[in-house]
Amino acid sequence: MNTSVNQQDSAALIQKGLNALSSILTRSWAIMEICGGQTHAFMETGLSDMLPGEIELIHGPGCPVCVTSLELVDKAVAIASRKNVIFTSYGDMLRVPGSESDLFSVRARGGDVRVVYSPMEALNIAHKNPDKEVVFFGIGFETTAPSNAISVVKAKERGLQNYSMLVSHVRVPPAMHAILSAKNNRVQGFLAAGHVCAIMGMDEYHPIAQKYRVPITVTGFEPFDLLRGILETVRMLESGSAQVVNAYERAVAPHGNKQAQNIIEKVFIECDRQWRGIGMIPNSGWKLNNNYAQFDAELKFDVGNITTHESEICISGQILQGLKKPDQCPAFGTLCTPQNPLGATMVSSEGACAAYYRYGRK
Amino acid sequence: MDSISFENFTCPIPISKNDKVVIGHGSGGTLSHNLIKTVFYQHFDNPILAEGNDFAELPASSKRVVTATDGHVVDPIFFPGGDIGRLAIAGTVNDISMSGAIPRYVTVSFIIEEGFSMQELMQIAHSMQECAREAGVQIVAGDTKVVEKGKADKVFIATAGIGFIEKDFLINGRQAKDGDVVILSGTMGDHGIAVLAARNELGFTTKLESDVAPMNDLIQSALEAAPNMHVMRDPTRGGVATTLNEIALQSHVNIVLEEELLPVNRQVRAACDILGFDPLYVANEGKVIFISPENESQGVLKALQAHKYGKNAAIIGRVEKPTNTPMVLMRTKIGGTRIVDMLSGAMLPRIC
Repeated sequence: MNTSVNQQDSAALIQKGLNALSSILTRSWAIMEICGGQTHAFMETGLSDMLPGEIELIHGPGCPVCVTSLELVDKAVAIASRKNVIFTSYGDMLRVPGSESDLFSVRARGGDVRVVYSPMEALNIAHKNPDKEVVFFGIGFETTAPSNAISVVKAKERGLQNYSMLVSHVRVPPAMHAILSAKNNRVQGFLAAGHVCAIMGMDEYHPIAQKYRVPITVTGFEPFDLLRGILETVRMLESGSAQVVNAYERAVAPHGNKQAQNIIEKVFIECDRQWRGIGMIPNSGWKLNNNYAQFDAELKFDVGNITTHESEICISGQILQGLKKPDQCPAFGTLCTPQNPLGATMVSSEGACAAYYRYGRK
Repeated sequence: MDSISFENFTCPIPISKNDKVVIGHGSGGTLSHNLIKTVFYQHFDNPILAEGNDFAELPASSKRVVTATDGHVVDPIFFPGGDIGRLAIAGTVNDISMSGAIPRYVTVSFIIEEGFSMQELMQIAHSMQECAREAGVQIVAGDTKVVEKGKADKVFIATAGIGFIEKDFLINGRQAKDGDVVILSGTMGDHGIAVLAARNELGFTTKLESDVAPMNDLIQSALEAAPNMHVMRDPTRGGVATTLNEIALQSHVNIVLEEELLPVNRQVRAACDILGFDPLYVANEGKVIFISPENESQGVLKALQAHKYGKNAAIIGRVEKPTNTPMVLMRTKIGGTRIVDMLSGAMLPRIC
């Protein structure tokens, strides 16, 4: 009924890891876990509260729902509101607040907005509804890029004219450059997102570690993985080395998954991308290349004239950059809750504010 | 089931010719009578219903009367482990049973979409009667309405029930006390995942069955072991986490769960992992949370485990004094502690 390691063993193993960590710590360190899934795992397992006080976790921008730009959310709302459109999206995006509205409200007003679990589902909907335009909200990091890419390749093969994708792909390494070159950066070491590296490998990370003299540990999502990621990073910090270490060998090969990279290359090209709450990061996104431009929803639908405005209270930008913690926001848990989110970080199951709200309110 | 006498009634149109429910079946006229006679009387036969009145006069066995009402709109109406009929009876039986009352009578109201299959209606009536028989309740009054195609989805069923508290129980959500033990009667989330799978929304198949069942007999065996039971509640929508949060707020206590002790079916665990759900928040229709004084808790556990609906029963946590605000906490497998919040809004899938 439960996992094979029983509670006593798990607790003992974690304690052993924590003791090892304490024994090598000589000072305090600020470490960023890039991925929102890791933020949630730290909170869900209670591991964040068990770490020695010297370790400060800075929660990174690795939640695709949170960093999808306000402009794209507004475009999604505009497209989904059209009469002949079936708008498909992962569930988390439906509640993300745009300037005026969100996708849930579009659905309540009669728009055809559907939750799907994969772009292939959206593709099937397009196949079954030839008289409708079916749009898929293609968000995500390197992790979801291959499956999203496959959907447009298949659409082209099948000659599906009524399928398109509103693309909001973002990439991790440019965001790390942006964080590390910011004047107020406090991040001294990184836990890199294990599943992003499963696709892309570790090659892009070596130049970052060298340029900024910052250790990077490729880390998984189980409590043992997370603790090991911290341990490896602290070992490097304490010894003054700045390498890229793979602490998630069971999923990550040094050069990643070539097949997945090939399909990404076939369909996408790099582009500048707005990150919500952070701003424009050069070359940090992917968009459909010229061969697949016919499937680009931004080109297909005339939604160019969007003026955006953010909530004035929400500090999700500073949270995504690791400058503030969710509970330092005056609206946290009062004006802003998962039921009534002011910012995307309170919406997504990987958002830092949602993690604090669900697991960490004291 | 209205106040019309059927004694001298013969049917001009044999119902067998109507394999679909038509608007006329809800008109109150000939077709209505026919439907009532051939579908509902045939299944729900009992002396009170047979009186043929618009009301049902019921003998009371106690001054403490408990009532509850429940609407059922499940989609699909047939799912592995049950159907909307079993759900409608079990739902009301369970709501009443949570007070310690013995459920006795149920009333039923059908809202049927024009064109609904007569054979499926028969099947639903049959499983309602089966569930009523199992729970020892009588279906004593009813109503049938038919709406135009598209104005309802197949069939909606509302039920209400009456039961009597015959012993000196004081069982409700405000009675949880420091030191009490929290017991769950079996695995979490079976119903929610089974229905999701039946809706083909998982993208994979499971052999999982809904746990929908009347809990009154299980509850009576638990109460024999624990006459001083403090709280009983069925963790339906919102799951175990939401139900425990309600109790923590009502009783102004903390409830501390042990992650390792939570019973979860392997298939439910796997489906939840894939979809980004937490079984703590997935609906159950045949489970009970018991909160009992410590000295009676082992007796409850034994009684549950000896019952067919309680084989996987487990102690899952304890009641403690509240810290600041009452909350549900969980000691995780690795020895950490975290908050288990109430479900907020609909459960949404995670994306990566």
